[in-house]
Amino acid sequence: MRRTYSPGILPSVIGMLNVDSVSRSFGDRAVLRNVTFGVGSGKLTGFVGANGAGKTTTMRIILGVLAADSGEVTLDGKPLTREIRQRFGYMPEERGLYPKMTVHDQVVYLGRLHGLSSSAAEERTKKLLDRLGLGERAGEKLEALSLGNQQRAQVAAALVHEPDMLVLDEPFSGLDPIAVETMVDVLRDRASAGVPVLFSSHQLELVERLCDDLVIIADGSIRAAGDRAALRAQHALPRYQLVVDTDAGWLRDQPGVTLLDLEGPRAVFDLDPGFDDQKVLHAALERGPVRSFGPVVPSLTEIFREVVR
Amino acid sequence: MTTFDATKVVAAREIRVKLRDKTFIFSTIFFLLFAIAVTVLPVLFSGGPTSVAVADQATATVLQQQEDLEVRVVANDAAAEQLVRDGDVDAAVLAGPEVIAMDDRPGEVVTALSTAPPVRLLDPGAIDPFLAYIVPFALAFVFFFTSFLFGLQIAQSVTEEKQTRIVEILVASVPTRALLAGKVAALTLLAFVQVALIAIVTLIGARLAGIDPGVLDLLQPTIGWFVAFFLVGFVMLAALWAGVGALASRPEDLNGVSQPVQMAVMLPFFAVIFLGENEFAMRILSYIPFSAPVAMPTRIFNGDAAGWEPFLALLVMAVTAVALLAVGARVYEGSLLRTNGKTSWATAWRSRTTV
Repeated sequence: MRRTYSPGILPSVIGMLNVDSVSRSFGDRAVLRNVTFGVGSGKLTGFVGANGAGKTTTMRIILGVLAADSGEVTLDGKPLTREIRQRFGYMPEERGLYPKMTVHDQVVYLGRLHGLSSSAAEERTKKLLDRLGLGERAGEKLEALSLGNQQRAQVAAALVHEPDMLVLDEPFSGLDPIAVETMVDVLRDRASAGVPVLFSSHQLELVERLCDDLVIIADGSIRAAGDRAALRAQHALPRYQLVVDTDAGWLRDQPGVTLLDLEGPRAVFDLDPGFDDQKVLHAALERGPVRSFGPVVPSLTEIFREVVR
Repeated sequence: MTTFDATKVVAAREIRVKLRDKTFIFSTIFFLLFAIAVTVLPVLFSGGPTSVAVADQATATVLQQQEDLEVRVVANDAAAEQLVRDGDVDAAVLAGPEVIAMDDRPGEVVTALSTAPPVRLLDPGAIDPFLAYIVPFALAFVFFFTSFLFGLQIAQSVTEEKQTRIVEILVASVPTRALLAGKVAALTLLAFVQVALIAIVTLIGARLAGIDPGVLDLLQPTIGWFVAFFLVGFVMLAALWAGVGALASRPEDLNGVSQPVQMAVMLPFFAVIFLGENEFAMRILSYIPFSAPVAMPTRIFNGDAAGWEPFLALLVMAVTAVALLAVGARVYEGSLLRTNGKTSWATAWRSRTTV
């Protein structure tokens, strides 16, 4: 009778979620144009973009709350059905639960709606609320909780059915630093269980620290997507930092070097194409000891600024 | 999980929430008291049988044939009069015959002593004018308030989910239809239980109070049909209530957008109250799906409806219910996720964005 998409039927590794050439317009305003990217199994994928770039619309389409005009979303090559989506966990940008229902009751209810039996829903709710530090407040109405605790309840609502895919819209916004760490733990934990996790955030430093993969969207199209380290290497400029013992001002006269920043013995410079970085190092060594020399890897903020330009 | 399973989970939550809701508890208690009051109080106030003192044996024999008289035979007229003055009996029959009482004309005694002319009723179905007035009024009242209260609660529950934005999580986990069906089923069940409870209490009350068996014979089918008509009538409007609930995105908008549905409940109420005497109008009202739940049982009570008529009216209502459920569902699905401001009926009708 029950057509529950239970984890038992699934291969142990859940697989890859692919967003394939998805477009969507509201009226004559194109919000998404041929959006294509993947979220790998067991990977934390950060979804970054300015306000109005199309993050929320993309997530709503993945969840099936909104229909795509064209293109499709697949999990391991298969189009998403209601049964598969029921195993997804979702935290919408605009948070909301029933204000007059107790935390425990609504987390159980959402677990039931995701296909859990009532005993399984009870058990997981209890475990999850304890883990999120809400165990003692479980019997209170949501409206009686502080904003931070309401956010935790929201996290519990997204996780209660141990989802096979997590889609979280700005999961860190409004969280206090302790709750951020709890959230990070929970996400890492889900990812290490093989679950693809997609989350959007404005806090680029946090995304940089957390993510395995990155997707950058601007004006409804994907500007960059892939492994974070690879992206950084790809967007690395021929930029170097040199630290010597004495003043590094001589770099100004070195061929091919454009000095960007100089503070006595520390210098940051770009090297024109065709010039060898090792020659610069030799030149430095001839003048005295070299304490450090190496390429400067761009931060996510810099990459972001560059690709959305 | 099937759509049906999801519907059950949604309905179970609605019922749990409502059973703890004060509005529900108070409205149930209020209606039950109302039902008891209407049936039991008139009989209580009318008091017991009239006691009458009489000296003449022949008169006493005549009076004793009356069920509602309690006859006391005394030695003479003076003793009889004294009993009346002491308040031991309500009335006395003295020689003459003359009937005496303190301040209340003892109609039963007078009737018992009179020779009534033969009466030929031209319309034997006609009933006590008080009942003829109170029964349709009570039906209309119960239908109007129950239908309105529970309908509005469907709308409020939908608006609440929109306003708190939980609707996006709900829609991401279960089909929109399951949400709608769960709400409609839960509130229909609660409304039906409330009305059935009122019906049972009314019938039991009427029996205990010793209402005229003839009236009871009319009251039973009337109330039975009323419960059936109420059920179909409530379901008919339930999806529309959910639809208007989804059109509003804040509780403040609800009153405005639910106006058409409010009218569909309110106008028949007043129509039945004001046109109750007009048999032709009632015949028409008893087939219009919105007024049928009150008008048809009223006609059954008055003995004006042929045996097949309630079945036909119920069929008309059922067909209308199917159509309005479809309309309500479409409006609901078309407006549920539009969270910025009020949605118009036309926009909701055109746009169903869920997958």
